[in-house]
Amino acid sequence: MNQLKKVMGVLWMLIAPLVIYFLIMGAVHNISSIGTKDINKPVPWIIIIGIFTPIAMGLFIFGYYAFKGEYNKQTQSSKGI
Amino acid sequence: MANDSAKGIGKVIFSSSLGTLIEWYDFYIFGMLAKTISVQFFPEGNDTAALLSTLAIFAAGFLVRPFGALVFGRLGDLIGRKSTFLLTLVLMGSSTFLIGLVPGYKTIGIAAPLLVLVLRLIQGLALGGEYGGAATYVAEHAPAGRRGYFTAWIQTTATLGLFVALGIIMAVKSNMSDAAFTAEWGGWRYPFWISILLVGVSVYIRLKMNESPLFTKLLKEGKTSVNPLKESFGHKANFKMVLLALFGAVMGQGVIWYTGQFYAQSFLENTVKIEFMQNREILLWGIALATPFFVFFGWLSDKIGRKWIMLTGMLLGVIFYRPIFGTMLKDANAKEWMKDNSNLSDGVYNEGFKKDTILSSEGIFIVEHKEIRWMHKEIRFIEKRNDSIKFIGSLYPPLSSLGPTKLSELETIQILDTKPTYSNIILSPSLKWKFIFLIWIMIIFVTMVYGPVAAFLVELFPTKIRYTSMSLPYHIGNGVFGGLVPFIATLLSTTFANDPLVGLWYPIGVAALCFVIGAMYLSNKADENIND
Repeated sequence: MNQLKKVMGVLWMLIAPLVIYFLIMGAVHNISSIGTKDINKPVPWIIIIGIFTPIAMGLFIFGYYAFKGEYNKQTQSSKGI
Repeated sequence: MANDSAKGIGKVIFSSSLGTLIEWYDFYIFGMLAKTISVQFFPEGNDTAALLSTLAIFAAGFLVRPFGALVFGRLGDLIGRKSTFLLTLVLMGSSTFLIGLVPGYKTIGIAAPLLVLVLRLIQGLALGGEYGGAATYVAEHAPAGRRGYFTAWIQTTATLGLFVALGIIMAVKSNMSDAAFTAEWGGWRYPFWISILLVGVSVYIRLKMNESPLFTKLLKEGKTSVNPLKESFGHKANFKMVLLALFGAVMGQGVIWYTGQFYAQSFLENTVKIEFMQNREILLWGIALATPFFVFFGWLSDKIGRKWIMLTGMLLGVIFYRPIFGTMLKDANAKEWMKDNSNLSDGVYNEGFKKDTILSSEGIFIVEHKEIRWMHKEIRFIEKRNDSIKFIGSLYPPLSSLGPTKLSELETIQILDTKPTYSNIILSPSLKWKFIFLIWIMIIFVTMVYGPVAAFLVELFPTKIRYTSMSLPYHIGNGVFGGLVPFIATLLSTTFANDPLVGLWYPIGVAALCFVIGAMYLSNKADENIND
């Protein structure tokens, strides 16, 4: 199980930049002066990409920690923090 | 003695839950009255007002809520839970009341949307600080082994706040005409004004409460955190738990919560085309019948652990969202009913016309709506056809003063839209109860993921930085991942226009990812002692 947790850590690290890539591509394809929906306006995209970038970085760090075996011991306790 | 203790915890739960419920109520009424608010404060055709409107929608939920979690979480770990969640309540109540007092755009111009934006951002900030305080406060009073049950009462508030908001708006709306409700100083403002009374009562009750015993103990011992933000996110041991809480639990919880309670409502209204009042009635019944299950799953999590209850709720959403939404779409498909005329009892039972004149920079549009009211078995619905005539040329003199000859001199283009649309579907009683059942099931998924989550988060972090550490992942999970559901749904349905259920892939994907992470990395063992 611990080996699987580590391997999956690599997957979480890969997903993080992919999320940002898809958001940027989504913005490029959908921002338009003709459209009237929220997805056609630049402001929502700026806010969403702005807030998702640190979240994706968090996912990358989570993957890194998993890869390093930081989560090998399952815990639900605040002891030792 | 045991009776006194039960009374004490009852008071703690009541005072905390009431305030949190009111904060949710305050936050929801803005969203529910968005159309009316938009007309009053963010008129179409004004670019600045449109920008402010977008900011009010996106910045309040996505940026300000997590920011509020940091600001008030830090404060709660420095000065105490009680003072902090009193402050968030006062901020939320006063900003809501003040939104109800801002004159419309017609009266004070651009100052109106600016004021509303500022007040909406204060609402988002206050909401970001409230939940962590209330959940922490109750959990720190609860005895070991019953933390899930007691904090589950806090978990009912987000849903009950929606219930109260829906109920008050429906009550006000049903007692006046549409014109009276939507007027500049009309009935839509009443729910905002009512807030000040609710907040007043809640502040009075909360003022009488004592500080959390665990925080008081830390304070006496001089062991409170000096820098909660640094300790929460700067120390690896705690930061890795923040990440685990976010990606292994609250990210999935956020999308399940949003899809069951909000996306379902907008799907019924905008895609299935259920009539406004019946749509709300269906949701109200679903919420009322499912709410006790928050407490049930909180209680159950004390017995069997939190992890698998929350993850089962996510998995059920992943498996059943498409079949449930698909069933609702199929059962209320007016196009299918029109194909089989034999079931249209008495055929047309009402027919009417309505004309609208729309002025635009390109000319004048006269749009004639032909409305036919049909009945299929016991289901009523409206078929609407639009025939438009566009006049290009001078707008003066007014059309009504032009004689037939003059009128014919204008360049006209007739656009006959023969494609009918179907709306205002009022379901038969049996079908309505089927829909209530389907909504109820989705809210049961919500109760599974949401009921135990407060106890789960509280147990993950130590007392001295608990408020800060649990508030941020919670508000990213709910505000950002949950709040993105309608945006990503629109994005997906624009890209893949042929599948009306394509928007569901976002909550399904996020919940599935969260399920896998949670199943692999979370422990099912509850932390008995949170006094650390």
